[in-house]
Amino acid sequence: MKTQQINNFEPNELGYWGEFGGRFVPETLAAPLEKLTDAYFAVRDDAGFQDEFLQLLKDFSGRPTPLFYAKRSSETLGGAKIYLKREDLGHTGSHKINNALGQILLARKMGKKRIIAETGAGQHGVATATVCALFGLECVVYMGTEDMRRQALNVFRMQLLGAEVRGVDAGAKTLKDAINEALRDWVTNVDSTYYLLGSALGPHPYPLMVRDFQAVIGREAREQILEKEGRLPDLLVACVGGGSNSIGLFHPFLNDETVKMIGVEAGGKSEKLGEHAARFNKAGGGKIGVLQGTKSWLLQDENGQIALTHSISAGLDYASVGPEHAYLQSIGRIDYAFATDDEALEAFQVLSQTEGIIPALESSHGIAHVLKIAPKMSADEIIIVNLSGRGDKDVNQVQEMLSENF
Amino acid sequence: MNNRIIRKFNELKTEDRGGFIPFIVAGDPDLDTTKKLILELGKQDAGVIELGIPFSDPVADGVTIQASAERALRNSISVGKILDVVGEVRNEGCETPIILFSYFNPILQFGLKNFAETAKKAGADGILITDLIPEEAAEFHEILTANELCLIMLAAPTSSDERLEKICKKASGFVYAVSRAGVTGARNEMSSEAENLVERLRKFTDLPIAVGFGISNAEQVAETWKYADAAVVGSAIVKEMMNLTPNLNEVPKDFVQKIGEFAGNLLPYKSKPPSYVGGKS
Repeated sequence: MKTQQINNFEPNELGYWGEFGGRFVPETLAAPLEKLTDAYFAVRDDAGFQDEFLQLLKDFSGRPTPLFYAKRSSETLGGAKIYLKREDLGHTGSHKINNALGQILLARKMGKKRIIAETGAGQHGVATATVCALFGLECVVYMGTEDMRRQALNVFRMQLLGAEVRGVDAGAKTLKDAINEALRDWVTNVDSTYYLLGSALGPHPYPLMVRDFQAVIGREAREQILEKEGRLPDLLVACVGGGSNSIGLFHPFLNDETVKMIGVEAGGKSEKLGEHAARFNKAGGGKIGVLQGTKSWLLQDENGQIALTHSISAGLDYASVGPEHAYLQSIGRIDYAFATDDEALEAFQVLSQTEGIIPALESSHGIAHVLKIAPKMSADEIIIVNLSGRGDKDVNQVQEMLSENF
Repeated sequence: MNNRIIRKFNELKTEDRGGFIPFIVAGDPDLDTTKKLILELGKQDAGVIELGIPFSDPVADGVTIQASAERALRNSISVGKILDVVGEVRNEGCETPIILFSYFNPILQFGLKNFAETAKKAGADGILITDLIPEEAAEFHEILTANELCLIMLAAPTSSDERLEKICKKASGFVYAVSRAGVTGARNEMSSEAENLVERLRKFTDLPIAVGFGISNAEQVAETWKYADAAVVGSAIVKEMMNLTPNLNEVPKDFVQKIGEFAGNLLPYKSKPPSYVGGKS
């Protein structure tokens, strides 16, 4: 399994990319995951299903999202040309709607009436609540109580959309704990319930399925840049929590050897274990392990207990990372860096003031990295950075953090 | 395979009795007490003792075992320290079969081969990994078999016949049938799914079959023995343990004795074990 050749970056039938991925779940979920995999592969190449999906992306979500040339930022930084892929302009304000629409169509096809989801920043929860309202399905969203506190606006949005938000008080009360609780719900109600997982992680087939539904980002970006610049970009940048917005942007470019890619993790307060969410940083406690159904890089202690994480951004505050990222890192196709809380907060303000766009704190990590590297690149080089979500949800939190300076 | 689990189930079969499998979380309230509890449960006619290795993210567990694991983790528990305790009870002459009950990551970080060798040396008899389905178990199965340790596999009501066959091929010692879809935790009523699952499993294996998840009193144990070879009781014991030790630093002197009595009362008989149908008869 470890050295198999991967054709077009497809996982093997057990859901492995290299040594990463798989299906580490209680036996109760094994057969339901087999059924889900079969159901997904049945629609994956089905023209009718894909048409319905694309139609919804267009009419309901407003795709394609624009590729915007950030002229002032490019000029101010004095290096590469910077383009923003405007996922913040999609319906519900982030890329999460792409995957939610894809999976809700699958859930309907499978005849499921009850939908559950986890959410960190609340964007996936809002997207799931939205598609459930669209199709009249029952929706329960699990969310850590710490995240409910810092993303109170999204909690209310979900409730407005008719979803029930269940607070999770375990662990650090963030995304990982919400996923645990969603898995417990699923294992208990597996016959009636569809688990609409929001990131490119979890047991097979989720990482594959979520990546496929998000790859629309990269396909559009590739066409758009060819149209605007007549050539491919030199660098792609995106923030990486579980890794869905980044794999969505990166995947359609993986075979373009000249296109470099950098995933930006949450550097938090420091490199000390417990104070960040930079899984690929060995110095910070990152090590290969198994969590929540998949084998990947994990922040953990020497006894294999999962470490607490910290990030200013709830959506990146997670101890593991999608297995396809782990594989692409292992073969050197994608590089990973991190941006600290302070750098992200700075980028949040810089983009707001330079381009008139308030980015999500998650996306601000990608922007922060661009602020660092764009000046080192030449004027004929091109960067595309994924602006995965809008920052409205973060305004209260940022106001609190900046209040001393205002 | 030279292994206490196999010997024990042969013995139970000869005596035409059902097996009682209590579960406790290692390190709750502390490791020294865990050691005493193992010795005590052995005296209470436990067929096999399941020793839980606490994990930070126990997705298969309900609130009781989650809370107990959290308490245990406050004591900086590690796989190595737990195996030391197993070694200590063997030194004190305890011959009750012991299986470790764990999530995969703590074992993976300890090292699969290192785990098997250390566990065998300490005197453990097998391991059950809640999040290791047969498709992922090949390497570990091989390592455990080489060390004469049993891999206890879980089967669930949702498992297809095809899956049950795969599960039984990887299993040794006994097969653990999960009584219902869901997480661990005491229930007032046992589901009828369990009996059905045990019947389906018998088509694929001659191994003894234990039923667990939700069994919490002597009546349910007796009920389970009518169609299965052993009954696992976890959350009910763990809950009693937490009730008696609200403060981890103050373990009452009679704690071990009280838990022993509690476990003893989970057995449907008091003095002389009567005959139960059980097994394949």
